[in-house]
Amino acid sequence: MSQRARRLAIAPALVFVFTVVFGLWNVSTGYGQETPEGASTSSVTGESPREVAAESVAELTESPAPAEFSEANMAWMMICSALVLMMTAPGLALFYCGLVRKKNVLSVMMQCVTLMGIMSVLWVVVGYSLAFAPDIMGGFVGGFDHVMLDGVLPTWNAETGQIETPAAGTQIPTLLFAVFQMMFFIITPGLIVGAFAERMKFSAMVVYSILWGLLVYCPIAHWVWSDNGWLCEWNEAAAFPALDFAGGTVVHISSGVSALVCALMVGARYNYQKEPMPPHNLTYTFIGATMLWVGWFGFNAGSAVAANTLAVNAFAATHLAASAGVIAWAGMEWLTIGRPTILGACSGAVAGLVCITPASGAVTVPSAMIIGLCGGLVSFLACTKLKNAFGYDDSLDVFGVHGMSGIVGALLTGVFASKSITGARVGLIEGNGAQMVNQAVSILAAAGMAIVGSVILLKLIDLTIGLRVNEEKEIRGLDLTEHGEEGYIFL
Amino acid sequence: MKKIEAVIRHFKLEEVKDALTQVGVQGMTVSEVRGFGRQKGHKEQYRGAEYTVDFMPKVKMEVVVEDDAARNVIDTILRTARTGQIGDGKIFVTDLSEAIRIRTGETGEESI
Repeated sequence: MSQRARRLAIAPALVFVFTVVFGLWNVSTGYGQETPEGASTSSVTGESPREVAAESVAELTESPAPAEFSEANMAWMMICSALVLMMTAPGLALFYCGLVRKKNVLSVMMQCVTLMGIMSVLWVVVGYSLAFAPDIMGGFVGGFDHVMLDGVLPTWNAETGQIETPAAGTQIPTLLFAVFQMMFFIITPGLIVGAFAERMKFSAMVVYSILWGLLVYCPIAHWVWSDNGWLCEWNEAAAFPALDFAGGTVVHISSGVSALVCALMVGARYNYQKEPMPPHNLTYTFIGATMLWVGWFGFNAGSAVAANTLAVNAFAATHLAASAGVIAWAGMEWLTIGRPTILGACSGAVAGLVCITPASGAVTVPSAMIIGLCGGLVSFLACTKLKNAFGYDDSLDVFGVHGMSGIVGALLTGVFASKSITGARVGLIEGNGAQMVNQAVSILAAAGMAIVGSVILLKLIDLTIGLRVNEEKEIRGLDLTEHGEEGYIFL
Repeated sequence: MKKIEAVIRHFKLEEVKDALTQVGVQGMTVSEVRGFGRQKGHKEQYRGAEYTVDFMPKVKMEVVVEDDAARNVIDTILRTARTGQIGDGKIFVTDLSEAIRIRTGETGEESI
């Protein structure tokens, strides 16, 4: 069989295997015939928005009463899910593709859209279960109870003659919560793409993202957001209950630190710091950054898992932090190089958004502005000073923006967390210095996991299929050599 | 016949074009070009990285005229394209051996 024929055979073979596995799983679980054990429904309660939001990420309740769903909450969460998906593409894809050279514009877009496909399917198959099913391995990661969304999907109860829809605590179907979380699972490895842009093999990116999602993202998400997670703020028994409302630790620190590892292990681009590598189209970058800003409302305000007062606070805090981030970065440029740049203003907005992510459900709007300013400032220094001082080639500054602002945001959440927003946990300013310890532990845990996981995965990939394209392909550009297409076709 | 190529500043294009049509020039070709002379390039900043861009963007006009009209055309360009600052551009004049109008097949000065 020729190489081409073998390749052609792979696609239907994959579809066949997928179908068989899905069919066997259907038979073994009885899905579609009766309600899986424990997949019952929720009831309406009079709890505070914070308590309800916390419950939503919890396991399904045991109440036998039929589900009472909130149409407002469902509508809001579907919109938020779509907004978060929009962050990956077109948002992140445009933001990144404007920053690379024009010979690599499609490769970045391709990586983003591919992750939308792969990570979504992976989340349904096993990702959601590893993140949110009950503990295994001593609480390290979730088990396999929700493989193929078992216990999450609607089922037909033959005895009652009714469809039963598992519900989360905020009167939304658990499936909707799983879909919302799926969007986070897509964008997190998407962020890392910026670190190895313009030189990594597409195949290596695919393998790394799949393994990283399962072995690094899912455990961290389990620690921070699962009921029994040792870093989970609403777990009474948590060793270090850290505040991470929308994923500062789970999304930005994990991806930012992994990005730095990638930049170091994949190596600098050919002729880095010898030939100019300026962004090829900052108008794309502007459009992408502002789409990220809009999408972030879904990211942060959606993390209330309800259309409630907590979501309103997260919404306002998100916007004001981004605004402050713009002022900080562009202002620093004005002071240091004499003029503010569009790339600086866009980068400042993203840094502010990253920084407020863990805090958006815990701090007041004035605190959010301070956090946004700090994010813009720290990321500006990381991208302009730190990177040059150490000489690593984090192509699109994933560590500088997401890693550094994620770490600063997680720490400042411990400083500014206010009872007026959380109703319970407070930070340093309101007298709880211990929260800083919790935040620091969560940062170290996520960063440690990201470093160890990424080093092992990248080493394995390097020894097997190889991490980066050869020099000739890199010079010609990944659009042509990896995908056989060109972004800009002129006469 | 002479071919006159003038590399000028972008914002002078309309002014030069109007002046040339007034002195009888009936056609011209304009293109975006990049290059450098004594003006050299400029510096750009992207997230702390500084790049020197050697090639400045300019506009190149190409005009073909009869030998007798060349001096007047050159003087017109000199007068209208000049700001007095470095980077005003250059004019190149060459002898043209032939010109042909594609539609009619006319050649030489009849074709311009």
